[in-house]
Amino acid sequence: MRIFPQSNFRFWPQFALWFQGSAAPGQGDIVIAHRRVYIVPSRLGLYFGGALAILLVGSINYALSLGFALTFLLAGMGLAAMVQTTRNLARLMVRAGRSEPVFAGDAARFRLAFANPGGHDRPEILVRHLGSGAQQTIDIAPADTADAVLAVPAARRGWLTLGRVMLETRFPVGLFRAWSYVEPESRCLVYPRPEASVLPPLAPSDRAGGARAHAQGSDDFSGLRGYQPSDSPRHVAWKSVARSEDMLTKQFAGDAVAELWLDFGALPAALDLEARLSRLAGWVLAAERAVAIYGLRLPGARIEPGRGDAQRTACLEALALFQAP
Amino acid sequence: MSQAAALAPSTRPIGWQEFALLLAGLLIVAAPHALNAPWWLILLTVTLFVWRAAGVWNHSLLPSRWMLVVIVALGTAGIWLEFRAIFGRLPGVMLLFMFSGLKLLESRDQRDAAAVVFLTWFLAITNFLFTQSIPTALGMCVAVATSIAALVTCAAPRRAPRANLRTAALLLGQAIPAALVLFLLFPRIQGPLWGLPQDSYAGVTGLSDTMAPGSLSQLSLSDAIAFRVEFKAQTPQRRALYWRGPVLMDFDGRTWRLGYPSFAELEPPATGKRVEYTVLLEQHNRNWLFALERAASVPANARHLEDGQLISVVPVRTRLRYEMVSAIEAEPRPGELRRVLERARRLPQGFNPRARALAESWRADAASDTEVLTRAIQHFRRERLQYTLDPPLLGRDSVDEFLYVSRQGFCEHFSSAFVFLMRAAGVPARVVTGYQGGDTNPVDGTYTVRQSDAHAWTEVYIGGTGWVRVDPTALSVPGRVDAGLARAVAAGDTLPLLLRPELEWLRTLRYNWEAMAHQWNLLVLGYNPDRQRELLSFFGIKDADWLDLASSLLAFLGVFVLGLFAWMLRHMVRPDPVQIAWNEFCGKLGAKGVARSPHEGPRDYSERAARDLPAAGAPIRSIAELYIALRYGKHAAAEKVVELRRRVRDLEFG
Repeated sequence: MRIFPQSNFRFWPQFALWFQGSAAPGQGDIVIAHRRVYIVPSRLGLYFGGALAILLVGSINYALSLGFALTFLLAGMGLAAMVQTTRNLARLMVRAGRSEPVFAGDAARFRLAFANPGGHDRPEILVRHLGSGAQQTIDIAPADTADAVLAVPAARRGWLTLGRVMLETRFPVGLFRAWSYVEPESRCLVYPRPEASVLPPLAPSDRAGGARAHAQGSDDFSGLRGYQPSDSPRHVAWKSVARSEDMLTKQFAGDAVAELWLDFGALPAALDLEARLSRLAGWVLAAERAVAIYGLRLPGARIEPGRGDAQRTACLEALALFQAP
Repeated sequence: MSQAAALAPSTRPIGWQEFALLLAGLLIVAAPHALNAPWWLILLTVTLFVWRAAGVWNHSLLPSRWMLVVIVALGTAGIWLEFRAIFGRLPGVMLLFMFSGLKLLESRDQRDAAAVVFLTWFLAITNFLFTQSIPTALGMCVAVATSIAALVTCAAPRRAPRANLRTAALLLGQAIPAALVLFLLFPRIQGPLWGLPQDSYAGVTGLSDTMAPGSLSQLSLSDAIAFRVEFKAQTPQRRALYWRGPVLMDFDGRTWRLGYPSFAELEPPATGKRVEYTVLLEQHNRNWLFALERAASVPANARHLEDGQLISVVPVRTRLRYEMVSAIEAEPRPGELRRVLERARRLPQGFNPRARALAESWRADAASDTEVLTRAIQHFRRERLQYTLDPPLLGRDSVDEFLYVSRQGFCEHFSSAFVFLMRAAGVPARVVTGYQGGDTNPVDGTYTVRQSDAHAWTEVYIGGTGWVRVDPTALSVPGRVDAGLARAVAAGDTLPLLLRPELEWLRTLRYNWEAMAHQWNLLVLGYNPDRQRELLSFFGIKDADWLDLASSLLAFLGVFVLGLFAWMLRHMVRPDPVQIAWNEFCGKLGAKGVARSPHEGPRDYSERAARDLPAAGAPIRSIAELYIALRYGKHAAAEKVVELRRRVRDLEFG
């Protein structure tokens, strides 16, 4: 609701800007406008009201001037507390941080950064994820930031969006409960739940030139080859890099490792889609542990064989988003 | 940062900081009550405090629930045995006093802490039942501040204690404007709403409705203030200041009692010197009001009695302020009811034979009542009876013993003896009690009458003249009326502290303090429905009803909350000057019929505006360019912002 139409701005632009609570934020920041801070008395606040009523009736009955003064001082304190409780949330800035991918069944850790633009501290702000009930209490120093990490259970693979987050505070005296909602643009990639199972047998490569005869592992050093972007940084021959311009990767001769194809189509037909993806995700992890060179084949997608963190991430991402629900 | 703690703030345990604050608040509000508490209750409460303090270090020391129930039962029974009541004012306060210890002992989590805070406030207000002096008010302010600091600490236990104290102080400071408005404008109702306990006003000092030897001299040892007076014009001479109180008619040989007169219309005296003044009467839980003899007006809610007393319709249980007009040194008015005169001659048989014989000898020699009176006055002048604050105890024939044996007494002895002699001689006479004199506070010019100014004098009825005031004390000891008690008593008598001549500095201090207390009484404690009406009519609101008060109150409080909010957010308001200038620009174009639609970017908008308003096409485009450069460019130079503002201001449409 715009209380001040555009044309009124020239008369008192500062006040109008302030009233609308729209100090220009940076990109991606959410500013909690004070009009969006809701406030009601807490249960303690209701008791407080009752206590004030008793004090007032006693003051009237015994005609205690100072009784009135005490009652009204406390009532004024209640009003000031109401304003301060609202202030504890008003103008707070929220920015969504990065959240690392997780496996289904684990908790996605959404990171939210809160910035306090004011010159006063904001203690005891409860950050609560409405969908899951995950919550954390944070204190933000004046003109400072604080992070909240919400551990939201990730039930299904695919993108998990954070959704609505409630910020709540009862500071400074607990008589009022102020809250506001934010919906930061934050999402977390959820990989399929990995199923622990035995790796499939080596399949013949469909690459021209037939199956690779040599086996590769990481046990014994067997030479250098050109660097490929999927190579693990651990295997880069940094000494050689320092000497020459070329990036080289160390090759090791193993005994049990060969190029491996993780094939969606090769899984038993009895398994449903999610079960197949779970098994494939489990294989990706197993293959990575076994330091195998592995590729992934999905209907309509294919990831060339490789090894290392990038390969692992690419495979799991493909599995997470395959026909994403 | 524990997630469990965040779940239910009310079940967090009380930490030592909260405990210290709660304890401090409770101690401040409970300590004054210890003066009224029996020794065992003080012991019990202190034990409970100490017990709880021990529990801070070792939780297992805290008592179980059934133990608490036993303590409550025993303590309540003890209070009942002590006071034979649970619901009176004092027993009620004593119960609260005990519960202060019990509740603290029982407190474990933050919900309990809040209950302790509420209890602190209740105990604070009960202190005002006993005294509403400035020191008490200050003490209770400290207690309230402490309890609020405890609430803040409960709400933010991880915060630095100093920060929490600062927040509590800020809350209280911000509360003051709202409290002031509420105090002035909250619709006041004159209490009580229901019957008060019998003992509500026990222990107030003041004149009583009886007078026996020794009763007034006891009262005279008190420095307590009876009432204060503000004279409209000059303060009359001290010797003329007879503040009339209860008139005592009936004598049983020892004690004088009230005559229970009926109401009578006041006929203002035609003679005498007219004095206008305002009285601020301290509460004394009796109906009578004090006024200079003779009253020429009756205050609101008061009645005039046939014996010249003024009484309030309800007992004076709060400090009462009333306007008065009196005529001092007015001529008596002849005429009195026969039954009153008969009653004013009555004496019990078989008391004071010597005094009776003396009176009868005067009667035999004298031709008229006037002559009897003259002889009595001469007798008192001649006899040189001694005036003392410490009169010896008298036996059955108190008047005889005073006149012939001890020959020293206080004003009750003088007046009692004089009236006895008059009645024995057949002349109607009565005892008038009240106050004589007073002193001017040099600091604020208020005239102060204390309990030590309590006095008793007499009135004698002379046919054809009326009731004539005779002060037998003044006859024997002229200094009493001219110079006050201190000059009149014999050296060596124990005077009230403030009347001692050597303590001049103390008196000065006291004058200053009392001047302040007087203002406090007038402005703060005396603020009642009447004063509220006066205040509002001062601001031009006549006959305000509670609806007017409530609506103006709500308006004030609304402004207060909004203002406070604006003030608190002021640091966070950093309006962007570029945006302000742009909004002003959009407003100017909008007034020309080219309003910006929400989806339009600055470039599209300015292009459209420049097309629609070709006369100002160039400046519109340049403003838009400048705005885009400032808004989205890398550097926002201050002089560019100034230029943008200037150009927007200078924008003309030809």
